[in-house]
Formats: sequence, C-alpha cells, structure tokens
Amino acid sequence: MRTPRALILLVATMLVPALISAQTYPSTTDPRSKLKSGRLDAGTASSNMRLVSFSPKPAQFDTARGLTFINSDMAFATHYVYQANFAGFQIWDVTDPAKPVIASVVECITSQGDPSIVGNLLFISAEGAGNRNDCAKGGVKDPKDHMAGVRIFDVTNPRAPKLIKNVQTCKGSHTHTVIPSPTDKNVVYIYVSGQQAARPATELAGCKNGTDPADPTNSLYRLDVIKVPLDHPERSEVVTGARIFTGLDPAPVTPNRPVGGAGRGRGGAPGDTSAAPLALPVHTGPRNCHDVTAYPAMHLLAAACTSYGLLVDITNPEKPVRLAAQSDTNFQGWHTAVFSNDGKKVVFTDEWGGGTGPMCQANSMMEMGGNTILTVGADKKYTQHAYFKLPAAQSAQENCVSHNGGIIPVPGRDLMVQGWYQGGVDVMDFTDADHPKEIAYFDRGSIDPLPGADIPIQPPTNGPGAGRTQGTIGGSWGAYYWNGMIYSSELDRGFDVLELQPSDQLSANAIAAAKLVTMTEYNPQSQPKFVWPAAFPVVRSYLDQLVRGKGLSAERTTAIAAALDAAEQKSGAARAVVLNVLAKQVDGDVSGAKDADRVRMMSAAIKALAAASK
Amino acid sequence: MLKRLASAPALSALLLGGPALAFAQGGSMTGMSGMSGMNMPGHIVIPKGAIYTVADVQFMQGMIAHHAQAIYMSRMAEAHGANPRVLKLANKIDQSQVPEIRIMQGWLRRYGQYAPDTSSWRTMQMPGMLTAAQLKELGAATGVAFDRAFLNLMIQHHNGALKMVDDLLAAPLAAQETDVNVFANDVVAAQTAEIGIMQQLLSQLPAN
Repeated sequence: MRTPRALILLVATMLVPALISAQTYPSTTDPRSKLKSGRLDAGTASSNMRLVSFSPKPAQFDTARGLTFINSDMAFATHYVYQANFAGFQIWDVTDPAKPVIASVVECITSQGDPSIVGNLLFISAEGAGNRNDCAKGGVKDPKDHMAGVRIFDVTNPRAPKLIKNVQTCKGSHTHTVIPSPTDKNVVYIYVSGQQAARPATELAGCKNGTDPADPTNSLYRLDVIKVPLDHPERSEVVTGARIFTGLDPAPVTPNRPVGGAGRGRGGAPGDTSAAPLALPVHTGPRNCHDVTAYPAMHLLAAACTSYGLLVDITNPEKPVRLAAQSDTNFQGWHTAVFSNDGKKVVFTDEWGGGTGPMCQANSMMEMGGNTILTVGADKKYTQHAYFKLPAAQSAQENCVSHNGGIIPVPGRDLMVQGWYQGGVDVMDFTDADHPKEIAYFDRGSIDPLPGADIPIQPPTNGPGAGRTQGTIGGSWGAYYWNGMIYSSELDRGFDVLELQPSDQLSANAIAAAKLVTMTEYNPQSQPKFVWPAAFPVVRSYLDQLVRGKGLSAERTTAIAAALDAAEQKSGAARAVVLNVLAKQVDGDVSGAKDADRVRMMSAAIKALAAASK
Repeated sequence: MLKRLASAPALSALLLGGPALAFAQGGSMTGMSGMSGMNMPGHIVIPKGAIYTVADVQFMQGMIAHHAQAIYMSRMAEAHGANPRVLKLANKIDQSQVPEIRIMQGWLRRYGQYAPDTSSWRTMQMPGMLTAAQLKELGAATGVAFDRAFLNLMIQHHNGALKMVDDLLAAPLAAQETDVNVFANDVVAAQTAEIGIMQQLLSQLPAN
C-alpha cells in the first residue's frame, strides 16, 4: 500500500500473464497408470531408477487413522535419516541403504513435524491445534498446554533423543528453514512458516491477529524468526519477524457487492430463513508462506507464499529484503521452492488440493498442481517459464500433486527429484527452463482399491462400524538425493531408498559424478551449494551431455573420449601433461561448438583434473 | 440454447437436481432423507475419549453442503457462456472441491457420523450460500452478466467458507483432530487465494 506504483505494476503483471507452454494432458497408457493397488503389495513401475529397499513404518506409527500417523518430511546427517511423522519422528540408520535400521522412534504428537538437523539438534515444526507441550495424546484441554512453534530435540544419542525446548510462535510452524548466521558460527536462525492465524495474546503474550498488514505489531503478516545459540539451545527464542509481504496486498478489503440490485439478502433457498449477506474483510495478499528455501551460499531465499513466489535477500537474516515477487493465478498455492545449483533458476511447486486430493488424473487441469520454472535475472527479478506436471495419469484413488524435492548434483544439468504423493517419485530435468522433462520415476499403485468411476461420490453408509474403505492418503511426501541414493518418505507405507540407473537420459558417468558429492548434513530447505571434485566422471558427464545434445561434433567427442581414456591410464605429472594438451584442444573447440558453454565447462573440468594430477 | 436453458422448466430442472448435476445421488432428493438411527444432523454423539467435537462434525457436514453448492454453481459456467478465464476458475473450483467432499464424507464415515451427500446443499443453509433468489438470478444470467453474478456470488460463497472455519476454530476444543485441522487450513488457503483471483477477474469485466 505504501508503494502504489509498484503495486500497479505488480497487478498488471498478474493480469497479463505471459504465454507459457503447458504440457499436454498426462498419458493414460503409461505403465504408472495401470498399476495394481495395495498397501504393501501394490504393483510398481520404474524408469531409470530402482528400489534399493523398502522399510515399513514402525509399529508405533503403523496405524491408519486419516492423517494422524502419516510420515512427513526428512533431514539427513552422517549415516542417519530423520524422518518425521505427524505423531513424532523416527531415526533411520542407513549405513547400509539396502537395510535401513531404526535407531529410535519418538512418539510426540506434532503435526506436521517438518524436521531440520543442525549438529546434535533436531528441530521439529509443530502446528496442529492438538499438539501439546508434553507431546502426549488426548488433545489440548487448556490453551497453556498448546505447543505451536518449533520443538528442539537433542539427538546426541540417536537411540534416545531428548526434548529440550519448545519455542512457541504466534502462528505455529507448518514448516521451517534453517539459515546459518553469516557472522557467528554459534548461531542459526530459523524462519518459521506458519499457516494459521496468529494466536490471541491471552494464549501467547505478544501475539496479535490484526487485519492491517502495515501494523508493525501485527503478528499475522510476518514470518517469526527464531535465533538459536547452538551452545545453549535452551535459550532459543523468537527475535524478530521477517516482514517480507509489506506492500503485497492489492486488495485490502472485500465488500460484498450487490448483484444486479435485486433479489439479494433475504428470501432463501428451500428450507432457508437466514441467508444474510456476509461482509467479511478478506485480505487476499499473502500473510504467510507455506515454505521458504534458503540458499545461504548465495544469501538468497526463495519463498513460496500462497499467492506469490518471492525472492528475498538474506544477507542479514534478521533484516531480510524482498527483491522480487511473482504471481501466477493458475497456481492454487505457491508451496515450495528449489534453486538450481547456480542459483539462476528456481522451481516453484503448487500444492493444489493440499496434498490430499487426486490432482493428477487424466482430466486434471495441467497448469495447476505441478511445477513452474522461474529464472533469476541479473537484476534479481523473476521471469516465469514453463510448467511441468507428472506426465502419467493417476487414478482418483491416488492423492497426487507436486510436492517436496531437491537437486541431484549432476554437473552441467539441473535435475530435481521430488515426491508427488501417490504419483510417486519423479526426476525432472529443468536445464532448459522452457522445456522441463521427466527423466526417471518410481511409482506404486494406489493404496486403496480402485472403483470403476473417475470421480466417485459414494452413497452414505452411516452408523458406527461403517469403516472407511476409501480415502487413504499416502505416497511420497518428499524425495531427496543424499550421498548417492534417493530417499523417499512414504506417508502411509514407510521409507524408500532408490538409486538412479544409467540410461540414455542420464549416463553412468553423470551418476558417478553425482556420487562424488558428499554431504555430512542436509536440510533440503536450506540448500547447500554443490561443488564437484576434479575427477574423470565429472569431465565425462559434460562429454556425455555434448554427445546426447549434439553440442559438439561426433568426430571431436569421439576423439576427446579416447584422449580421456588414455589420460586415465597415466598418473601424476604425465597425466597432467596429457590433460593440459587436451584442455587446449577443447578450448579450440569452443568457437565451433553448438553448445559452447558446455564445452567451456568441460575444458575447466579437464584443467581442474590436470591440476589435481600433479 | 442459452435462452432455453434459462427458461422456466429448464431452470427448475437445474435447481431441483436434473441431469446438470451429474454426480448427485440418484433417488434421494435431499441430503437428509434416508437417515435413521443416531447419527444425523442435530443428533451428534461423540464417543468418550474422542478427540473430535460436535463442532468438528457439524463443520464437516455443513461444508459438504457448502462445497456441493459451489460445484453446482461452477458447472453452470460453460452453458451460461462464461468467459474463458471465469470458466477456468469454475473448472478449478469444481475439480478442487469434488475430492474435498470425498475427504469430508470419508472422515464422517470413519467416525460413524452421518455423511451428507451432494444434494444436501438444497436443504442445508450454511454461511455464504446462495439464496433461492440469488440462484435464480445466476441461473438467468448469461455472458458478462453471468460472469459478474458468478464472481460476486462465489466471493460471497467463499467468504462464507472462511466464516465457517473461523467459527470452527472459535469453538471450544475443536479442530484438534488432525484431519479436521489440516482440512480447515487447506480451505482457508485455497479459498482465500481464489477470492483474490475472483476480485481480479471482476475488475477485468467490461463495465455495465
């Protein structure tokens, strides 16, 4: 509201969306579209990846009661995977990814449980109205027992995690994002994305559920920011609010307008005597984010905030500055963001249907419930490119929409693996922002049996004991690449480990190059910058890409492949000499190459390998 | 074609559950018929120890009727000559709310509560729902007049859904059951965003 000119521009961009290519409707003849249903015996289909292991839910969580016991997101450290659940979390020891072993199961009612790991501290998002300070079941009888914010566990002993602090926040924590302090190694900040209205001050002092976005005391239009002193996590507290929405509210109040001047108000439908007009103020500008993804190495934050995707400078995490805002009314709700490794692209997802709806059916709208690719210009503004949606039609029994994922570190390409709930695990190549495409997938049939109809609404079967036979929510909450494997959190079934397999879409060299990137800690919403060591698979990844994309003549790629083989036979200084000669030749290839950039990247990788061979 | 649709016999067919509402249950013309036993509106029994409340059950039951009317309205768009962007929004509301009705019905049945069907909007009146006069007005409108009426009425309708969530959250001990909690949040997120879209679409309509 303070910057009317910017607002007008912003509205204008919303009203005149660029023409963006959408895919055709999903295939109904894809192998994924005809899989046998079943909870633990469903049919599977995969392409260019294989299931390494499946581990069912531990008994504590193995009870199907709607969403109460579903698995949610994951965090990674050393040989442990922290898999959250709406009723607690479980720690998997994945020393052998083919045989994950439970280190511990912690029962603690905490929807939705979004986890992050920093050293020995595990942070867990708490949002639901039934979450208690003491983790117990039974719901909140006294508001003072209500836990909405971020729980901090000490997991020094992964077999016996200890709850050490509940940090209460005004809007609770649907998700959260860890941002290391750029100046103090002992401090991390946690950006808290709360979906709910602010609690009243009577429940949590200092909270205010106001209606004015510009009111600095209003708790609604901000992300609470928690400061965590790592050596004294019990002193963690909310220190400020990230007010990244200011000026983004083009429609402060919605008065109800009379329709045609007559027939409004009283009168009533059959049986109605009280249809009074409503005049609720509705702020349609964003007041919260579903999820924000930090890229600390770039001091950037991509924030998925209901009706907008934002780009935010987080050089000072206590004083974030909004750089860009992209709106797309085709999106139901901007949900999650993932940066490309170079930070020049951001994938945003749309969680149409909230994750519980079957939004990947053959007739589901294509611009909704998928991904869109934005590029980040030198001016740090967004430009929207294509949409991407799962290309295989899913059944009405399969809750399906684009969901959480992360980058697969293949040099020279932008690959993202993500969960699509019961749409399965999917790998999208978005190297070309205008033509994203699928290169690998893993999928199971629906958990519930299939009825014959597309959109069934069954006749009521009332009375106690009329148990549900339909409506089980499941599938992959999130799928992430971590140290050579893809880990997927299955809401209803358990825990999957997958591995990429070489194909014409992704070479063995590319997979080997990705495996050279090792991490000791990984929170997908606090994105690490991947750096590849000097190695033959890295050079050959570029070479394979040049062959696949015909970015360099076949004659030259064949010669370079032979030269690399010869260099590998040598060692030390002799290898360096051969590689330097090769690099010079490759530099000479740049000008005549169709994909000059990639040839340059290959040359740099050859030079790095030469330097490492001395 | 459009004129004929808006004529009296056709309109009454629409209002009373003709073939236009393709997914309504055959047979039962009202959401309340066929009930027997304890689990019916106004007679909700919550088992001891349950984490959900009467307010949760009423919310889920009422929102089925509320959604069903929104779907009914949305399915009018094509035949009434809505502009492509309004039609797209109408399709989106249709595709979004059909599975949500399934979720609500599934939840109610799981807990042994009465689950209204999609004809229930004709007999249950929830906040923001259209009056008979408003329905008549919408049914008689075509082209830009339909767009304007649809957007205004659907904004009213969505505001009612937000009010239903507010009322739920204000009820003692309500919305603690995980599914209700998640669903209520999803309703707010989806419908707030759609109100924003509808306001934009309204502002783009040609002047009267």
